[in-house]
Amino acid sequence: MTGETILAVEDLTMRFGGFVALDSVNAEVYEGERLGLIGPNGSGKTTMINCISGALGNYTGTVRFRGRDLGSLKPHRRTRLGIARSFQIPRPFRSQTVRENLAITIEYATGASGAERDDRAEEVLQSMGLGPRADAISAGLTQIEMRKLELARALAARPQLLISDEAMAGLSSNEVDELLEILFRLNESGVTIIMIEHIMRAVMRFSQRIVVLDAGKKIADGEPDAVVADPAVERAYLGD
Amino acid sequence: MTRFWIGAGAVIAIGLLLAVTDIIANSFWFFAAYVVLQYVVLATAWNIMGGYMGYVNFGSAGFFAIGAYTAIVLYNLVKAPLLVMIPLSGIVCGLMGLGMGYLTLRLRGVYFAIGTLALAVVLETLMVNWDYVGGATGAYVIRPRTLEPFGDYVKFLTFVMLVLAVIAVAAARWIERAKFGRGLHAIRDDEIAAECAGIPTLRLKLIATTLSGFLMGIAGAPFPLYVGFVEPASAFNLAYAVNAIAMPMIGGTTMWAGPVIGALLLGTAQQIANVTISSELNLLIVGLVLVLFVTLAPEGIVGLVRKYFGRGR
Repeated sequence: MTGETILAVEDLTMRFGGFVALDSVNAEVYEGERLGLIGPNGSGKTTMINCISGALGNYTGTVRFRGRDLGSLKPHRRTRLGIARSFQIPRPFRSQTVRENLAITIEYATGASGAERDDRAEEVLQSMGLGPRADAISAGLTQIEMRKLELARALAARPQLLISDEAMAGLSSNEVDELLEILFRLNESGVTIIMIEHIMRAVMRFSQRIVVLDAGKKIADGEPDAVVADPAVERAYLGD
Repeated sequence: MTRFWIGAGAVIAIGLLLAVTDIIANSFWFFAAYVVLQYVVLATAWNIMGGYMGYVNFGSAGFFAIGAYTAIVLYNLVKAPLLVMIPLSGIVCGLMGLGMGYLTLRLRGVYFAIGTLALAVVLETLMVNWDYVGGATGAYVIRPRTLEPFGDYVKFLTFVMLVLAVIAVAAARWIERAKFGRGLHAIRDDEIAAECAGIPTLRLKLIATTLSGFLMGIAGAPFPLYVGFVEPASAFNLAYAVNAIAMPMIGGTTMWAGPVIGALLLGTAQQIANVTISSELNLLIVGLVLVLFVTLAPEGIVGLVRKYFGRGR
């Protein structure tokens, strides 16, 4: 199922003033893979995806996408290359409808326009189960709908690599299952997925491999069962 | 031909008719109409940044004045005609908008507004100390008394301003319907999310500031010929900055009709107050009306109409 490297992070370091948020992190993600990225609060997970998506541009080290060094490429260029992300706290275009949220993304990220754009928006709406809410203003959505919109908008960009940043935090277990199912389906359609999540049940079920960050360093990388049994991981979460 | 263009053609035709005939004999009406139309251009230009993109520009007076001062430089240099002054003032202010964009667009919200205000103050100081354009004492521009077939030159200026207003509004309307406008709308809602949705936010913002600056510049270009005497305090008058913000807010910032309605209403009210009460009362009126609208109808008149008549695109 997994193929060649789609994303490679080499010696990635990010400093905020004197604080080292990421310390020479090396990691790879393979084509078609479902990767879980976990770690205690403040361990650098979100910083890492901010570096990958380009929101933070002043990192040192290298981020390669399909072998290409992304350098200081802006986020919108990375999105067009095929790296899409969702935000931990949903950031919809609040004054626009759900459909408009998707249409604008399709228009800019993929260049489709007119009927083609509208068809694709409809397609994403249906696949995410947002059809009934298509013409609602996004500011008025419920939490689960916001999370779905967040993922839907990432999907609208036709990503090859999807980074889902805590899409499930605060949801009920039924809702978690619903989102998991959507992510599984996406992965089957060929999208590589990095999932950042605190809900261990979801990560364990979803991931083929798990990378663990602690205080900006990678402390484990391997199959889910092996990783959770790793004493270093246990220490990171529970202390000595 | 859509309804908009038929309407725009009709407005220009009626304007031309009134300007070349003596149906309205008293040229005061043209003096007053000129100011109102000038505000239609300024308010529409402000709204491209402030309304569509959500960046509040407090420096409109700076752009307006630089448009006027570009015209004075051209007048002093080569006695350039008005129709040369307008595009060149537009280009100078467009470039200024681009520069301002580069320097200040990293700032968000209130910090951006402060930056634009500071820019206007810096520019005013420069003009006060530049003798070639009259420095603090000001510069005279001799305007032709008449121009055929308009008769009184003010009638001609008013007609020109009417055409500029139509151009500005047509540009705003185009933006609203274009991919560009949808991109600005996304930036207004959430800039970071917009960037991640594949929208080149910096480029769109720079295009918007350039365009907005261009339109403010063309609004200022005929000003020296209109007043005949320009000095920094009048060209950089706070009233321009305040009106350019208040008019779209009152009319509604989400649609091209908003700034037009706001400028027509508020501009006319100010002209009436000028004559009937006192010229000092202008800003007080603006302030009061603005407070009323911000508290009671934050979406402006366009918003009210949509709410109560339930239509609109």
